[in-house]
Amino acid sequence: MGQKPKALTILDWITGILFITAILGVFFYAPLEAVMGWVQKVFYFHVAAGWTGMLGFLVSAVAGVLYLVKKDPRWDRIGFAGVEIGMVFMLICIITGSIWARPIWNTWWTWDPRLTTATIMELIYAAYLLLRQGVEEPDRRARFGAVYAIIGFISVPLTFLSIRIFRTIHPVVIGSNDPGAAGAFDMTPRMMQVFMFSLVAFSFIFADILWHRIRLGALADHVEQKKIQLQTWGE
Amino acid sequence: MDTPANTIHYFFAGYAVIFGSILIYIINLIGRWRKLKRDAAMLEELERTRQTS
Repeated sequence: MGQKPKALTILDWITGILFITAILGVFFYAPLEAVMGWVQKVFYFHVAAGWTGMLGFLVSAVAGVLYLVKKDPRWDRIGFAGVEIGMVFMLICIITGSIWARPIWNTWWTWDPRLTTATIMELIYAAYLLLRQGVEEPDRRARFGAVYAIIGFISVPLTFLSIRIFRTIHPVVIGSNDPGAAGAFDMTPRMMQVFMFSLVAFSFIFADILWHRIRLGALADHVEQKKIQLQTWGE
Repeated sequence: MDTPANTIHYFFAGYAVIFGSILIYIINLIGRWRKLKRDAAMLEELERTRQTS
């Protein structure tokens, strides 16, 4: 494996600066919501984490298609990285949503359409990781992973649209809320600025971690190939 | 005028989850990277030994 690219170091710094700025924006610039108080500030990174998770699953589906077309293992590494990062951020989204729900909905959890579809989505991608672990042969593993990532991606638009299609208590950020939605609020210009900035900052976090994770995958493949080479030495 | 609900503990809990999870994942990635680097160096050393013997 070669040296860390200079562009990646620059991306690390830009991402760090954006993340710190987003934190400062949430803590000190965004106003306190009149009814919910401090817990509403979880919203900025809760939605941004969900966005990042879905971005990860989108990358894995696109990489899956490209792997099946080109048979290049690089696309398999990208797809695998996308799922892993997507799962971490979707889990953050689910847990922070539960924390936000406790004082607002008076419960940690309810089987609302959004919460249910998000949980199913997370479980679908957990099964992707299990599937990969269960297949030894690299080409077969990559092919199965690619097909699974493409089919599994159906759960992403379903989760995104669930609060717009079904009756739900989960608020809609952009668009009209269901009359039964609890925890909805009107965003002030400052709230909107911090929200949009958080989405940009998390997109950079995603790109940065994705690049690192792809490099890790390449190193893992290199080690795996070296092991096979040494095992077959002299046979 | 009503004051907002006192939900600051939930705010801290939410951000502890966000920062904690990202930090744990990054530490995990660094740990995996270091382990693979060690393995790669060891395998290259083994390869060199076999070539010279």
